Amino acid sequence: MGEKPIGRRVALGVIGAGLTGIVFGAKVQDAMERVLGPITARDGTGLSSLFPVGRFRIYSVVGRLPQRSDADYRLHVGGAVRTPLRLTLADLRAFPPLRLTKDFQCVTGWRVHDVKWTGVRLADVLDRAGVDEGAGGVVFRSFDGAYTESLTLAQARRDDVMVAYEFEGAPLSSAHGGPARLYVGPMYGYKSCKWLEAIEVARGAPAPGYWEVRGYDVDAWVGRSNGRDDKAV
Amino acid sequence: MRGSGARMAVTTKPSDTLDGGRVARFDPVERLLHWTIAAMFAVLVSTAAVLYVGSLSALVGRRELVRVIHVWTGLLLPVPVILAAAGPWRRGLRADVRLLNRWDDDDRRWMRSLGRDPFSRPAKFNAGQKLNAAFVAGAAVVMLLTGSVMHWFALFPVDWRTGATFVHDWLAIGLFVAITGHVLKALGDPVALRGMMRGWVPAWWARANRPRWVEEPGVGAEER
Repeated sequence: MGEKPIGRRVALGVIGAGLTGIVFGAKVQDAMERVLGPITARDGTGLSSLFPVGRFRIYSVVGRLPQRSDADYRLHVGGAVRTPLRLTLADLRAFPPLRLTKDFQCVTGWRVHDVKWTGVRLADVLDRAGVDEGAGGVVFRSFDGAYTESLTLAQARRDDVMVAYEFEGAPLSSAHGGPARLYVGPMYGYKSCKWLEAIEVARGAPAPGYWEVRGYDVDAWVGRSNGRDDKAV
Repeated sequence: MRGSGARMAVTTKPSDTLDGGRVARFDPVERLLHWTIAAMFAVLVSTAAVLYVGSLSALVGRRELVRVIHVWTGLLLPVPVILAAAGPWRRGLRADVRLLNRWDDDDRRWMRSLGRDPFSRPAKFNAGQKLNAAFVAGAAVVMLLTGSVMHWFALFPVDWRTGATFVHDWLAIGLFVAITGHVLKALGDPVALRGMMRGWVPAWWARANRPRWVEEPGVGAEER
């Protein structure tokens, strides 16, 4: 038997598989998340978190992971409101708690199934401050100093929009946006402003947020925006 | 080692190096290319780890800067390859690529026993090296393509972004395993590793590990 160009075949095979994966990988990924997601969610070793299935990717737009102790944390509510508020973490916990279990969907394609959030309805916070007649929307600021987000008043008043302070039954860690963050259930992850420091009710239309200036949709409904058709769960 | 190859073939003792028995293995262009790629790969792996492993992301932050370094190192990866393969200095590289590409019966024998078959007599590269080279070459192309889809996502259908991310993530793990294996094999055989540093291996090593290579006419010219 003579020599065969196996090396070239292997390399071309890898390239072919890779190209197939670009086109059909989304479907494979979805199937894997459905099968493996529940398993990795129960893995106590944390090893499975190194594999790209059902895992959060921690994004921060600034040079470090913003840190603030529970004691130092304050949430400012201001702008077009009757009573500006300065809420501590204890104040937030004193509101009637809202518990939600929903898939977390990132606009870049990854999804984490059945994430448990606990927090306070954003509408409850807005009601305590008393939104002025004719206010246009709500702007959110992060204490990372760079990130902002926005919602219309109608979106902000939905029952699945909250200021979250617990994640999977434990206090919200800094990596996930603690001590408290916005969680916008029906929208892609970038709407859920981490390290929430200020809620500002705007008189006119709210300014677009960090990623929206950079081309993302302002109304970021899962499955109905950014050209994506993910299942909204 | 001024003796003939035939006489030396019976002795494979380390002391052969003392009298200068050397076999040229990689020319300067190949070595420069290897270490340039190795350095770029180290940058890619470390920045990838920061982007991907949550605890490292938390530790380093600066996501935008890390992302830019990762993307540009990846996009520039073909440049040294093209430079090395384009000029009149490419002879050694092309000859070795040809050797890595061709598999013969002995490679199949090597593969079946994963190198443990005592009758396997590799030439310049054993089948493991050939498989690793082919996989890494193909995988590098795929990483470049999927990375490009991820970077210029607006130019492609949205599903492609998810698919490209999926391939990029899993293949990165595969590449990491392959490269870790490559590095561990090199560390396990310091003589071979020094071959990639200084360009030659002692004749005794070549005869013991790559017997069919030293038997080829023209190889080991430095011996005489």
